[in-house]
Amino acid sequence: MIEIGALEKIYQMGEETVAALAGVSLTIDRGEHAAIIGPSGSGKSSLMNILGGLDRPTRGVYRFEGEDVGQMDDDSLADFRSRRIGFVFQSFQLLPRLSALQNVELPMVYAGLPPRERRERAAAMLERVGLGSRMGHRPTQLSGGQQQRVAIARALANAPDLLLADEPTGALDTQTGQEVLALFRQLNAEGLTIVIVTHDLDVAAQAGRRITFRDGLVVSDDKTGAKA
Amino acid sequence: MRRIDLVGFAAGAIAAHPMRSALTSLGVVIGVAAVVMMTSIGLGAQQRVTSAIGGLGSNLLIVMPGASRGPGGGFVSQGAGSGMSLNDGDARAIGEQVEGVVASAPAVRGGAQLSAEGANWSARVEGVTPDYLTARDLAIASGRMFDDTEARQGRKVVVIGQTVATELFGEDADPIGKRIRVGAVPFEVIGVLASKGQSGFGQDQDDIVLGPLQAVRSRVVGRRVKGDQVQTIYVKAATADDLDRVQEDLSNLLRERHRIRNGQDDDFSVQNMASIMEAMQASVKTFTGLLAAVAAVSLVVGGVGIMNIMLVAVTERTREIGLRMAVGARRNDVLFQFALEAITLSVIGGAIGLLIGLGGGVLMAKLGDWPVAIAAWSIPVSLGFSLLVGLVFGAYPSWRAARLDPIEALRRE
Repeated sequence: MIEIGALEKIYQMGEETVAALAGVSLTIDRGEHAAIIGPSGSGKSSLMNILGGLDRPTRGVYRFEGEDVGQMDDDSLADFRSRRIGFVFQSFQLLPRLSALQNVELPMVYAGLPPRERRERAAAMLERVGLGSRMGHRPTQLSGGQQQRVAIARALANAPDLLLADEPTGALDTQTGQEVLALFRQLNAEGLTIVIVTHDLDVAAQAGRRITFRDGLVVSDDKTGAKA
Repeated sequence: MRRIDLVGFAAGAIAAHPMRSALTSLGVVIGVAAVVMMTSIGLGAQQRVTSAIGGLGSNLLIVMPGASRGPGGGFVSQGAGSGMSLNDGDARAIGEQVEGVVASAPAVRGGAQLSAEGANWSARVEGVTPDYLTARDLAIASGRMFDDTEARQGRKVVVIGQTVATELFGEDADPIGKRIRVGAVPFEVIGVLASKGQSGFGQDQDDIVLGPLQAVRSRVVGRRVKGDQVQTIYVKAATADDLDRVQEDLSNLLRERHRIRNGQDDDFSVQNMASIMEAMQASVKTFTGLLAAVAAVSLVVGGVGIMNIMLVAVTERTREIGLRMAVGARRNDVLFQFALEAITLSVIGGAIGLLIGLGGGVLMAKLGDWPVAIAAWSIPVSLGFSLLVGLVFGAYPSWRAARLDPIEALRRE
């Protein structure tokens, strides 16, 4: 599903140039549950930004289901994110003014769905993550775990091909973190492709594949399945 | 996305901070209210000028003795030594020899104490010929006007204005046939003028007595006017287009009759009511424009207020913008959302300002006896301008929002 070849991302930091990605090649298949691991500065966040269509590579190829995402303009990238990608962030990134239901509706607004359909699907998504009784609550009225579930429901709203999670358990205690990871495993079992970026080896251990980054390069790619 | 959803986003953001939104709009409220009020006052003044000068009569030239005070007309000096250079013959000659003249009406005037049936009143008394009615666009409400023969013979009959009729004979009385004394001289009332109301200069145009030229000249005005002298000749031209030519011809005629050589100054002056009206209207317009421009400055200040708050909002909501982009918002979706927010604030402010401006105008007209006319166009124009203000001053903040890098924006605390 995802093919990247000789991918480079080079930042200009004043006089210096820093290669966040120094020629990464990788394929991820439909239905995989992959974790990208590495210390900060290893390039894993840059890769995630490019995979999610938030950023463009400096050089190299990025194809998603045959689409050349690396060459898209801003509008095409926005549409790509809308159709293909669901984001889950460490800090949830819910809009505080909106209810849980409205937060989940948001991606569908940009996808152009009419209000009735949006509400029905948002409600269904919240049921699916176990928050059917909290739809009218504001983010501040929800616990961290509940907020992350709302964020996951939002990520699923437009039925994406790929769920991208950036340190999804980073702001949660171990117990709720495990619940969120269990939800990911369940979604993956239902066929959703998931890529988690983390520096937490315990989190990575629950993924089917662990890709380790260092200094902008892949240093190991372990496809031995989830370690219990 | 559906454009209608952008309206929802904008409304939601405005409703989330009601106090801030109200204060942001306040600048536009004040600006639009000021513009609407100032243009209403200006238009009122313009209408007052029009009715003031139009009330004298249309297509009217006023010929007076004495040289005018410099080029371009203006008001006339009638000081000592200017002499009474016009007479009945001049008026008749203008009527007979200048082409395109409908009426040439000589007049003298004086003030006099009136008395009838025990009541006293003082009014302006004009000695005129029947042509006067035509020249000044006056009409008889009841009775009749004296005719040429009566005017020439100096018969002691008068036509009185509504105010004089009311003051001397009471509200609903019929004064026709009654006798009044003008000064010491008894006259018979033969007609009442149709009301013209207050003139634009604040003068009661119904507080007047018209008598035959000869009788008033010799019995009322007194020593100031001798023989066949007249103080004013009202000349009405057939059409407005003809007015300049008629003015020229009658000037030439009078110069000839008065034996004024080339290079010598006229001993009379001609006021062209149309050109005076034009000049006054132009100055009122300029004044209105000036007022509106000052008011428009406050509208611009209101716009700057909107820009300021929108820039704050973009900074505050940077993460929201990043998130919206991450879940599929195009740059233009973000641009339109913020632009719509600014426009909504501005147009709501404009609508409230319009209501306040209209209300203020009506209040000023009622309480201040100030001429106020509300222009229908001020409604679409003020709303259009507030929309423009929102668009112009919302453009930069919206552009800033749309230009944000989603990765940076999401990382912002």
